[in-house]
Amino acid sequence: MSTAALTGATLFKDLRLEWRSKDAINSMLFFALLVVVIFSFSFDPTAEESRQIAGGLIWVAFLFAAIVALNQTWARELRNQVLDAYRVSPAPANALFLAKAFGNFLFVAVLECLMTPLFIVFYNLRALGPVWQLPIVAALGTWALVVNGTFFAAMSLRTRSREIMLPLILFPISIPALLGMVEATTSILTGEYSAKFWIVLLAAYDLVFTIASLLLFEPVLHAE
Amino acid sequence: MKRAFPILAILTAILLSYALYSALVVAPREQTMGDVQRIFYYHVPSAWTAFILFFINFGASVYYLIRRSTKADVIALVTAEVGVVFCTVVLVTGPIWAKPVWGIWWTWDLRLTLTLVLWLIYVSYLMLRRFSTSGQTPLIAAVLAVFGALDVPLVYFSIWFFRTQHPQPVIGGGGSIDPRMLHVLLLNWLAFSCFAALVCWSRYRLEMLHREVDEAQAMEALLQPSFVTGRNSVAVSQDKLRSTESAQ
Repeated sequence: MSTAALTGATLFKDLRLEWRSKDAINSMLFFALLVVVIFSFSFDPTAEESRQIAGGLIWVAFLFAAIVALNQTWARELRNQVLDAYRVSPAPANALFLAKAFGNFLFVAVLECLMTPLFIVFYNLRALGPVWQLPIVAALGTWALVVNGTFFAAMSLRTRSREIMLPLILFPISIPALLGMVEATTSILTGEYSAKFWIVLLAAYDLVFTIASLLLFEPVLHAE
Repeated sequence: MKRAFPILAILTAILLSYALYSALVVAPREQTMGDVQRIFYYHVPSAWTAFILFFINFGASVYYLIRRSTKADVIALVTAEVGVVFCTVVLVTGPIWAKPVWGIWWTWDLRLTLTLVLWLIYVSYLMLRRFSTSGQTPLIAAVLAVFGALDVPLVYFSIWFFRTQHPQPVIGGGGSIDPRMLHVLLLNWLAFSCFAALVCWSRYRLEMLHREVDEAQAMEALLQPSFVTGRNSVAVSQDKLRSTESAQ
């Protein structure tokens, strides 16, 4: 089987599992909803203020919620030694990694599509800048979180209390990406400056870490 | 090699005390900032030393990924540990200097933020090493070190887009510096580098000893009397029997 076919098969399996159990998406949705409500209580912003801070709030909520999905990525494969079976099979490791990363990307994207209207309602948001850039920022930003998150989740499989370990190693590395997402979103919402630099930065971040993950995933998968 | 260690230790002690004397007495008083500026002789050399150590950590991690050498792994571990200590010194001395001179403890400027993010990345690196349970800690840590190093330019450019408030670099940044000050600064840097090398070296020896002890203990556990058939195990069990009898 080619890498693409394997990636597709693994991705499809994960989506079907998720469709039947809805574990990740439900917990993510509820978690993000809680974050939105708690932020709304703790800041109580006016429409003008919320335009300034919403970029940060949205992405922090998505970042925390994404951790929930990322932690479940590999835990599913540990049951019944699926990961061990994958290790001894001749299938390329990168197919597994890409499938997991695409799967997480889809989960977080669905979450974003469902949560964004809630944000708009709760914070009375109306963008003053070019709105068509928002999907680009969202796609690049989500991939930035998910590609490193999937990789680090695989790394933290071999640590004690791995659910805590993942954010501890993911957040420091994600700082430039988070800064890029927040700044780009704020610039689009306020329309005060151009988001171009931040979009380029996010694209560079995605490129660098996608290549690094693909190059280094095989030794990490086989580490035991 | 073993004789070189005390020599380096003595050299470091002499250099550090002479550097301290130079920083406090020999270096001229700064015109506008006054004596507060003298913290600069600790702040800047610590920062340079920390960055060099992080760079060595990156090199050792890449070498580990290629060759899987234990020595490279231990070097990566000790440089990260000592680098975090020096980085902490930078982050602590910076605000002490900034409060009287800038009027604020902290600002989110390029170099400050970059140093803080580096500190965060390497602390997370050390935590990963501490939490890792399998025998593959070196591999996972090396991968994280490579990711951290790849992150540095991205952090740099992302924060560069904000304004910069930090004083421009004195060396090669167009600023002018009294040659005596430069002399003291470089002297301090030399002393700090020797000190860092000394600490790294002793930490390296300690870590190597730790690993040897762990290995020996694992071997010993495998060769427990209960596993070994023959005279030795019989003798041991007889000894145990006798001791329990006498206890009764």
